[in-house]
Amino acid sequence: MPTKNSSDRELVAVAEVNIKNLSRRNFLGYLGGASALLLTAAACKKDDNPTSNSGTDLGSGDVGILNYAYALEQIEAAFYTKVFESPYSGITASESALLGDIRDHEVAHREFFKAALAAGAIPALELDFSSINFSSRDSVLGTAKAFEDLGVSAYNGAGKLIASADYLLLAGKIVSVEARHAAYIRDLIMPGTFADGLDANGLDMSRSPSEVFAIAGTYVKTKLNISNLPTS
Amino acid sequence: MKIENIINEIESVDSEIYQRLDGRRSAMKNFAKFFGKFALASLPIAFGSMLNKAYGSPTGTTDAITDVLNFALTLEYIESEFYKKGYDAGVAGTLAIPAGAPMGAIKTIRDHEIAHVAFLKTAITSLGGTPVAFTAASFDFTAKGTFPTVFTDYGLFLAVAQTFEDTGVRAYKGQAGNLISNNDVLTAALNIHSVEARHASHIRQMRKTNGGLVPAGVNVKPWITLNQSGIGSSAVQASYDGEEATTQAGVNIVNIGGFTISPSAASEGFDEPLTKEQVVAIVTPFFA
Repeated sequence: MPTKNSSDRELVAVAEVNIKNLSRRNFLGYLGGASALLLTAAACKKDDNPTSNSGTDLGSGDVGILNYAYALEQIEAAFYTKVFESPYSGITASESALLGDIRDHEVAHREFFKAALAAGAIPALELDFSSINFSSRDSVLGTAKAFEDLGVSAYNGAGKLIASADYLLLAGKIVSVEARHAAYIRDLIMPGTFADGLDANGLDMSRSPSEVFAIAGTYVKTKLNISNLPTS
Repeated sequence: MKIENIINEIESVDSEIYQRLDGRRSAMKNFAKFFGKFALASLPIAFGSMLNKAYGSPTGTTDAITDVLNFALTLEYIESEFYKKGYDAGVAGTLAIPAGAPMGAIKTIRDHEIAHVAFLKTAITSLGGTPVAFTAASFDFTAKGTFPTVFTDYGLFLAVAQTFEDTGVRAYKGQAGNLISNNDVLTAALNIHSVEARHASHIRQMRKTNGGLVPAGVNVKPWITLNQSGIGSSAVQASYDGEEATTQAGVNIVNIGGFTISPSAASEGFDEPLTKEQVVAIVTPFFA
């Protein structure tokens, strides 16, 4: 891979070291050509053109979509970690156990994307949960419902933006778990509302990345640049 | 590259491999000769595409897409006819679905499945395909006598419902890649896929409340733990085999990143796909 200057070469070297890490190498082997994409993403991190760099760039192509998912999973995982650390008043044993499960699932998703993206991953986001009252069941479950429904719609909307069938399957493996969460949280708030909000055809919602960040932006302090994500 | 060894391996489990590939065993000799002229590096790709042709429908064509949609429509017919019959039995009092929230939920899910049937029929027709057609008489929800009391035993009814929903989630997931060339159809399929997962989550909660057919000591959760059905019947196990995966794309999820993630949680966090062939094997007993 040709490089322009020493700092680019350094970044490529870092990426290559990461790829030699065993679990990451397995992942890259599985995904085949993705390694070239990741190297490119790493090499392009130090962009010569500062005007295209307003905020953390999620990147382009499938790597961009994986970073998009990684950003969303960071929000969810941090939220449920806080919920589990400071449970709302009146939480039942069953709620505590299942919210603990959800935290584990979201942490697993976040760490999976981090490992998968390796050198191509965006940094940890700075989050702002000050609008959430963690001692209030209504506030916590209302936020959880919003996050889960948002996550479902985000993955549903991202499907068509993914080029690789392997990544598409991975997104599919995660989105149905988010939908299981969403239904459970909705039922906790109001029994029987597990699938309210479908259209007349009985279809769930899908949202574009810009629609998703218009909602999720409330909870993210880090400025994100989503302009390079695929649009179809 | 011992390509003939690979073919022989496949032949040991699939005696029809040669027929699938070209219909004639001699074709393989031609294949080997053909490969003799090419660099080793190109072999796996060419071989892979040859197997795809043998085992998969051609991707990207309208035919392949309407095939997937007809497969989905078949599953939606099974579900819609199942819930129609169950709901009607609940109204008639022959199936003891509790009044209130449980009856409401079964009606809600029934209506979604009916809507999915109508939507898929329209989608297939608009693509120039012919939708498959089934009626209540097409199905035997006792699965040839395996579940004789499915419409009189509420616990069993919920257990079969859970199996249909969890299987449906896995079936849609397994077909997503075959729709990758058509953004609109893929998005619609994903938007149905997540609804089936919402149904599965709710039916599982209903089963936890009801407790029927839940083995002692098993905690039925809205998500799938390892390959556990949470149903005291081995007849449904094929719908759960493979869900125990704790490695995703070569990445071990257990305790990933230094966080405490148990094998159970690692398996719950990712739902697994089923192939069309696996799904067909699961639902075949439910056809009359």
